[in-house]
Amino acid sequence: MPPRKQVSQPSPAAVSPAAVKSTTTTAASQPLKPQNKSTARSTQNSQDIQEIALGVWNKYVEQTPQRTKLLDAFMAFLMVVGVLQFVYCVIAGTYPFNAFLSGFSATVGQFVLTASLRIQTNPENKADFADISHERAFADYVFGSMILHFFCVNFIN
Amino acid sequence: MAVEVTGGDAFFKGESGRNTRGLLRLIILCTIAAAAVSSRLFSVIRFESIIHEFDPWFNFRATKYLVQHGYYDFWNWFDDRTWHPLGRVTGGTLYPGLMVTAGTIYHALRALTIPVDIRNVCVLLAPGFSGLTALATYLLTSEISDSQSAGLLSAAFMGITPGYISRSVAGSYDNEAIAIFLLVFTFYLWIKAVKIGSITWGALTALSYGYMVSAWGGFAFITNLLPLHVFVLICMGRYSTRLYTSYTTWYALGTLAAMQIPFVGFLPVQSSEHMAALGVFGLLQVVAFTEYIRHQLPSKQFQTLLLALVVLSFVLASAFLVLLTVSGTIAPWGGRFYSLFDTGYAKIHIPIIASVSEHQPTAWPAFFFDLNMLIWLFPAGVYICFRDLTDVQVFVVIYAVLGSYFAGVMVRLMLTLTPIVCVAAAMALSQVLDTFLVAKSPVQPVEADNASAAADLGTKLKAAIPDSLRSTKQPLVGVYNAVSKLIVGGSVTVYLLLFVLHCTWVTSNAYSSPSVVLASQTPQGQHIIDDYREAYYWLRQNTAPDAKVMSWWDYGYQIGGMADRPTLVDNNTWNNTHIATVGKAMSSREEVSWPIMRQHEVDYVLVVFGGLLGYSGDDINKFLWMVRIAEGIWPDEVQERNYFTARGEYRIDQEATPTMRNSLMYKMSYYKFASIFPQGQAVDRVRQSKLPSEGPELNTVEEVFTSENWMIRIYAVKKDDNIGRTLHEATAFQKGNKRRKAGKRKGARVLRVD
Repeated sequence: MPPRKQVSQPSPAAVSPAAVKSTTTTAASQPLKPQNKSTARSTQNSQDIQEIALGVWNKYVEQTPQRTKLLDAFMAFLMVVGVLQFVYCVIAGTYPFNAFLSGFSATVGQFVLTASLRIQTNPENKADFADISHERAFADYVFGSMILHFFCVNFIN
Repeated sequence: MAVEVTGGDAFFKGESGRNTRGLLRLIILCTIAAAAVSSRLFSVIRFESIIHEFDPWFNFRATKYLVQHGYYDFWNWFDDRTWHPLGRVTGGTLYPGLMVTAGTIYHALRALTIPVDIRNVCVLLAPGFSGLTALATYLLTSEISDSQSAGLLSAAFMGITPGYISRSVAGSYDNEAIAIFLLVFTFYLWIKAVKIGSITWGALTALSYGYMVSAWGGFAFITNLLPLHVFVLICMGRYSTRLYTSYTTWYALGTLAAMQIPFVGFLPVQSSEHMAALGVFGLLQVVAFTEYIRHQLPSKQFQTLLLALVVLSFVLASAFLVLLTVSGTIAPWGGRFYSLFDTGYAKIHIPIIASVSEHQPTAWPAFFFDLNMLIWLFPAGVYICFRDLTDVQVFVVIYAVLGSYFAGVMVRLMLTLTPIVCVAAAMALSQVLDTFLVAKSPVQPVEADNASAAADLGTKLKAAIPDSLRSTKQPLVGVYNAVSKLIVGGSVTVYLLLFVLHCTWVTSNAYSSPSVVLASQTPQGQHIIDDYREAYYWLRQNTAPDAKVMSWWDYGYQIGGMADRPTLVDNNTWNNTHIATVGKAMSSREEVSWPIMRQHEVDYVLVVFGGLLGYSGDDINKFLWMVRIAEGIWPDEVQERNYFTARGEYRIDQEATPTMRNSLMYKMSYYKFASIFPQGQAVDRVRQSKLPSEGPELNTVEEVFTSENWMIRIYAVKKDDNIGRTLHEATAFQKGNKRRKAGKRKGARVLRVD
């Protein structure tokens, strides 16, 4: 867990310009999640949180580049597929366990890889990935996905 | 590089300097690899090119099968010549990496029209890979340390340190031969991935990890070390997006890669050893999401809320994990893994784990013996890591702490400690060398403007401090001095040379003896004792091809490999009950053992006996383990207490207990042993005790072979008596002593039923 010092430090200075550039969350459906949890936890600032979430959502819709939105849509889709598989597994049992595992881990793995691509191509993270160009990031992504799918296809039998 | 000389300055600066350094580095690395290979060849040159030890014989046999039948048959190989009534699904119960590597090299060499025997490929695989390990260590250290000499030093250390040589001499065709290379290489790729944060390096780490999983059971070390590294980094507040990309890529691909190995199967999602990796994977998702939100939002309250969310989800996930483990959905830790933490566990509950000599705690001298001067440079290197703590340095610290703990608990895990010791020691030593030898460059500017700055400082100091402090008069005395350089450089050189001498000596004397042939020094020179192969070849040539041989499990692989006969138990101790059955047959009276042996279709029994030669690793010395393991299953029938005398001594002479003297093992070992000595002077040279003058009698088995030095004794199990007597009666009748039996016959006889 990051210590609390860091929580307070970057927020006033670093966030406001970043928020203007592009507001992003990991997936399109994500902002709803903390909202639910927080309403359960503390009802008094639920109004605030709703406002914040709405603000984030609006900013996201307005300011995210088209390509990033595409990635987010893909990630949301992967999430839905993964959840569906898991629900089916819970309902129907895990008999061909390897098939479930390979299907499920294909979605998880692809989600994670896409998230990594999204992180690497995000202009905000330029400092972290100084020597990875966007083309390189995409090539890496293709390489990772190929390996992932090879293993999944091999494991599903 | 530490070789900076005034005259050579032109060589090491500028564009040509880089080329020169590159060339030098290449030459040094090649030399190191050559030294690593050649220092492992003592046993091949002294004796011959054969497989040593016990486990490698199975690997060798499996490799031969692979080469003969191809990869597909090997994958589905059901071996019906081990664990006799049960058999072994070999394809699903071994780590195929070693065999596949050797098989691939074999085929590659054949394709290059260099037809090398598969045995030579197997014998020389470990030295070859140790050369690669040195290179991988170079890469790893170069990533960790800024100093250019650290990589070369660590490669040199790794090439010849006895801690690694002990498991990788020529002929020790064991999993560790390639596993250590893969371990180091995986760590190198991981470090690279953490530094750069690219998916490719993460994926390569996963591939290398997959290879490691296929090669050695010690992959659990990597599976737990990498998550621990990430977890510690998160706790230190060093989370970065690079960490996310590298770890999640590694985990997603690496877990899938690990599950491709049949022996591992679903373990990565079902066993407790792998839950740390899964937990950190989940934690990383939560942390990454929180970080994103935090960057987007100004509200401070909301951030604290999110932090609470992270903590809460972490606690919830841990609780969930504990619940799953308790309820049995996730398998608890395996016995071998568990005994690393609860060190008394194996001795009490699983004697078979405790009985292996490699599973004992390490003594202090072993560290100095195996690592010599590296062991005291090692803490210094770890300390240097603390001084500027980057993401990579944290890894070294964690690895060092964990590795030292495990190496302290188990002798065998010295092997996983060795790489980090080499890396840390090289970092410490290169720090010393850089400080003292390269210190020339700062000297000149200081001396050049000595007049202005230093004099200025000097006068100021003089004004401030009284003359009583000598250091204030000449502030430039110190490590810049040529004398101090010479002293430090000289002593380091001496230490390094001594290290080389020590390594060579240890390798030559301690680790280069094949256990198949024993060498003994006689006044005439070296004398080779080759009883093992004599006996195994007798079995191979003089018995039916499917004659079952019963022996203690230690010799199972060798019998399978050299004698090529089916065995009951072997070194892969997967069925404890079956081993206990053999233990019971060995430690019981003949009347009890014989039915057991008949039920298991045993044709021959093989015992190892060192009483004539003074060979201490024989079956009588291992006998108590047989008793203990058998007692674990049949506490009523076999009791350890009965094998000790009233005073609690384990004796084999006149005062041995009746249970001991009637046990099959005792009888087989000492059968006719007294007859080769003059009357009443039979002495067991291992136990140093005099034997009773009349030796044991055998009724249910008969001696068929005893090797030259009486080391291996083979007995054939007698068949049922033709006319239905017990074998005791039959032998008694043959000897003509009917007197005792005659009395008994009159006793209570029962009515015939049919």
